Amino acid sequence: MAETNQNLGFFGKLLSLPNDSPKKTIIVATLLCLVCSVLVSTSAVMFKPLQLANKQADIKKNILGVTGLLTEEANVNVLFEQFEIKIVDLDSGEYSDIDPATYDQRKAAGDPAQSIKLTAEQDIASIGRRAKLATIYILKDGDHIKQVVLPIHGYGLWSTLYGFISFESDFNTIGGLQFYAHAETPGLGGEVDNPKWRQQWQGKKAFNDNGELEIKVIRGHVDYKVAGAEHQVDGLSGATLTSRGVSNLVNYWLGDHAFGPYLKKMRSEVEK
Amino acid sequence: MANDIRSSVVDPLIDNNPITLQVLGVCSALAVTTNLTAALIMSIALTTVTAFSSAFISSIRNHIPSSIRIIVQMTIIASLVIVVDQLLKAYAYEASKQLSVFVGLIITNCIVLGRAEAFAMKNPPVTSFFDGIGNGLGYSLVLMTVGFFRELLGAGKLFGHQVIPVANDGGWYMPNGLMLLPPSAFFIIGLLIWVIRSVKKEQVEPADYQIHQVHRTEVL
Repeated sequence: MAETNQNLGFFGKLLSLPNDSPKKTIIVATLLCLVCSVLVSTSAVMFKPLQLANKQADIKKNILGVTGLLTEEANVNVLFEQFEIKIVDLDSGEYSDIDPATYDQRKAAGDPAQSIKLTAEQDIASIGRRAKLATIYILKDGDHIKQVVLPIHGYGLWSTLYGFISFESDFNTIGGLQFYAHAETPGLGGEVDNPKWRQQWQGKKAFNDNGELEIKVIRGHVDYKVAGAEHQVDGLSGATLTSRGVSNLVNYWLGDHAFGPYLKKMRSEVEK
Repeated sequence: MANDIRSSVVDPLIDNNPITLQVLGVCSALAVTTNLTAALIMSIALTTVTAFSSAFISSIRNHIPSSIRIIVQMTIIASLVIVVDQLLKAYAYEASKQLSVFVGLIITNCIVLGRAEAFAMKNPPVTSFFDGIGNGLGYSLVLMTVGFFRELLGAGKLFGHQVIPVANDGGWYMPNGLMLLPPSAFFIIGLLIWVIRSVKKEQVEPADYQIHQVHRTEVL
């Protein structure tokens, strides 16, 4: 290393060395690695703030999208300020007083101290571990809750789908569902992004009158004449496994092992 | 010199196209051609990387020890690809989300390394730079053609805009789902090679072996 820092006379000597001498080989390799690593780290550090901002803006956009607030010319940051961000303890369904700004649910899911391991039976969404706390977004109208956005994720066919589901003030009617990250086959499973398909979720009821979870993605089209159609969503054609994955992950996150207790508590509060 | 540059840019478009004649870099041509936007961004990324890596490698070509030359080339290519990937994530976030791992995979694209080893190691930097541009454009041309057919027939769209009303939205066109899957790119590239070689007979390769007619009476 010390050699690389010497003056120009050294470079003159270096250039005149035969190309295949071991000395030159090592020096060329070292110099090249130095130059390239500087280039790579500079670009990584330089663009980091922009990339982070992009990621956050994308998540905010999706939260707004799932509540139907997003419009073409809207300012994402201004609109997003309407939301109250809360942390929910999933096991008890109570709010936790951890500062939402410091909590990262995706990171926590990988940390054994902050997450729980799911048994094969519980883990219908194939996510392995689940964070104990979840970040949720509440849209209020004065004092009462207008909509609530819950983060969901689970395995489809090729990838883990990350997204949000929103509920109306009754904590049963679905306001929307949207994924912000997935790698399903474009045109088939990737149609989870299709606005037409997403729109179907709007107005569906997640729970039946007895408070049991009923929502599912079925194969083919929903028959609206049959009872229970309000709990069913059309499957994506050509994407049976992605559809099943979405159905499973929604069922997992709204079920007893995830947001179930919280939703139950909120529903009983609404009924009072 | 000017002629050199012109031919290094124009030749790889059809006469010496890296995909259709040399059949290199086909893997990414299958992966990122489901829609034109992704294909375009990928084309730009690959052309940039090929051009600059060729120029850099060519400028130090007289001092690269031959025992480690491939490693040296790969290091330069990989660094450039990472820079491009970071740039995309910062300035074209939506597109980079779509391309996901395929930007990183430019590192292993045979066209980039092929031009570095076959051209940049023997030619001066400026010519090498334009050779990189030319080959990148040749790749882009094929990618855009494949992307055009796949997006049009598979989703009835071009650059994300609906041009044919599809049946799902009440139109008349039933999208061909196969077009959105990787094998369709194989078919399109295959057909493309067929068309080009029918027009330009000199691209047809001599057969590797003669097909020998075996008669039933003959003992194998």
